[in-house]
Amino acid sequence: MELRAERLRLAYDARVVVDGLDLEIPTGAVTVIVGPNACGKTTLLRALGRLVTPKAGTVHLDGRAIHSMPTREVARRLGILPQAPVAPDGLAVIDLVTRGRSPHQNWWRQWSTGDELSVLGALRATSMLEHASRPVDELSGGQRQRAWIAMALAQETPILLLDEPTTYLDLAHQIEVLDLVVDLNRQQQRTVVMVLHDLNHASRYADHLVAMKAGRIAAQGPPAEVMTAELVQDVFGLRCQVVTDPASGTPLVIPYGRHHAADAPSLAG
Amino acid sequence: MRAPGVQQVAGRTTYRLARPSVSGVLRVRALVVGLVAAALALVTLSVSVSIGDYPVPLPDVVRALAGSGDPGTLLIVRELRLPRAVVALLVGAGLGMSGAILLALTRNPLASPDILGIAQGASAAVVAGVVLGFGSSLGTSGIALLGGLAAAAAIYLLAWRRGTTGYRIVLVGVAIAALCLAVTQYLLVRAQIFEAQRAVLWLIGSLDGRDWAHATPLAIALAVLVPTALATMRWLTLLGLGDDTARGLGVPVQTARLLLLLIGVGLAAFATAAAGPVGFVALLSPHIARRLAGVAGPPLLGSALVGSVIVLVSDVTARLLPGGQLPVGVVTAALGAPFLLILLARANRAGTGG
Repeated sequence: MELRAERLRLAYDARVVVDGLDLEIPTGAVTVIVGPNACGKTTLLRALGRLVTPKAGTVHLDGRAIHSMPTREVARRLGILPQAPVAPDGLAVIDLVTRGRSPHQNWWRQWSTGDELSVLGALRATSMLEHASRPVDELSGGQRQRAWIAMALAQETPILLLDEPTTYLDLAHQIEVLDLVVDLNRQQQRTVVMVLHDLNHASRYADHLVAMKAGRIAAQGPPAEVMTAELVQDVFGLRCQVVTDPASGTPLVIPYGRHHAADAPSLAG
Repeated sequence: MRAPGVQQVAGRTTYRLARPSVSGVLRVRALVVGLVAAALALVTLSVSVSIGDYPVPLPDVVRALAGSGDPGTLLIVRELRLPRAVVALLVGAGLGMSGAILLALTRNPLASPDILGIAQGASAAVVAGVVLGFGSSLGTSGIALLGGLAAAAAIYLLAWRRGTTGYRIVLVGVAIAALCLAVTQYLLVRAQIFEAQRAVLWLIGSLDGRDWAHATPLAIALAVLVPTALATMRWLTLLGLGDDTARGLGVPVQTARLLLLLIGVGLAAFATAAAGPVGFVALLSPHIARRLAGVAGPPLLGSALVGSVIVLVSDVTARLLPGGQLPVGVVTAALGAPFLLILLARANRAGTGG
């Protein structure tokens, strides 16, 4: 199952967000897209998940143009979790997760053995089985995010797109969600594409890192090669030092602000 | 892997047959609420037929409905009183289901056809027809239908083309409603007294003098629109998760929304055409049905049945009250609103939110 963007041009009315972008998503790996606000990373993710129609260029899913495929057919191959989704009041976790099965259901078959296995499996993988009958709006932020991820899991798609899955979560819950994503990738060989804000999380959890700036790809590759002080300066306009994360051995970005930077090397530069 | 049959899975009752491969989730509470509402609707329908200047005992009503009895009773029950009761039943069902669809579609608890200007559009059209003297060949119902659809088209073009939901659609709807109300009032002030009287009679929303000519077009409309709504219910449920999530799960969002909007508006417009703008039913029914059934989204059939019960009970109440006939719309609001307030107060106390 391959996902590829070719000469993509994305725009909202007259405002062009992404222009002439080519991107190949490595199959079976975790790809993380980073970039400053308004660089077009969310728009790109939405276009990869056929939520935004390109003005020009094509997104290919398995060699077919995704925007000309029936949306239900796409939904069986590619799942997308938008940023900060909201569930209706009173909706139970298990009902939310069951909705992830809808691309595989029809009106007379809504709880097949396949549905049951996928829904219970997704609840187990996200540790949400014990909360299955609680309403989504009563959950904590971390549990709620896990419930939505469980919904996306129950969809059983080889490709999973996640837009900032760690927003609004405290650090412990952020790590929990990211670890879960890696589990899914390693145990179920799913291709994952995530937009993340935190550069250190991105460096730690990505197999393939894509840095975007003003609608273009500034650099891509393994995090150890991509995440350098020069790149952060270029893409974010932020001076920083990149060291090795003592926990994971991946790049760790230490930013310099205008204050609290007594030991900063070459401040004048 | 579980055997076919009825199972409890994580707090839900599910069923699955081996052959044919039918399966799903059984909402026992919603089912009971639906059956009780249906029974209540039938009882009120019979009561509605039995009361009047010449009271017919309930057993005779049931016999006459089945086709037996003396000719006098048959005439009273089947030709004079049944059409009114059937119009009440169908108007309630149409408004209730329309309210449920628009509520779920806009994800806004205030978005009902009488807040969004669909009833007001129908009213303005009817009054314009009476006062300015056009469209008599269409009949009052036809004009009301066109007015309601025109208001809905205006809302769709102004608020919805970009997929905006929530507050924007309600604000646009309120503006359209105010505009239509202004037109109605202007026409009434400028009208001859006789025409104004005829128009106001319709505007109050009344079931007086309804015969099979009113019931038949509404019944045909419901026979088409209700099954279509039920067939698209799964789209409606998924749209409740937001447009992006719904499309991600394989819903053709634009098509689904336009189709559901047409069904919702059509139901409200046909109901309004038959009985005038009966207020509050479309707003109340889905909220009441949802809370009684204990489900997350407004249930379509449940809202329709609750709507029928509200209109039938209101009509019976209006006719039983001393001091002359009240228009049914006055009673629907007076009975329905406190019921909703009680449900909301109980929900707050139980801590389950609105």
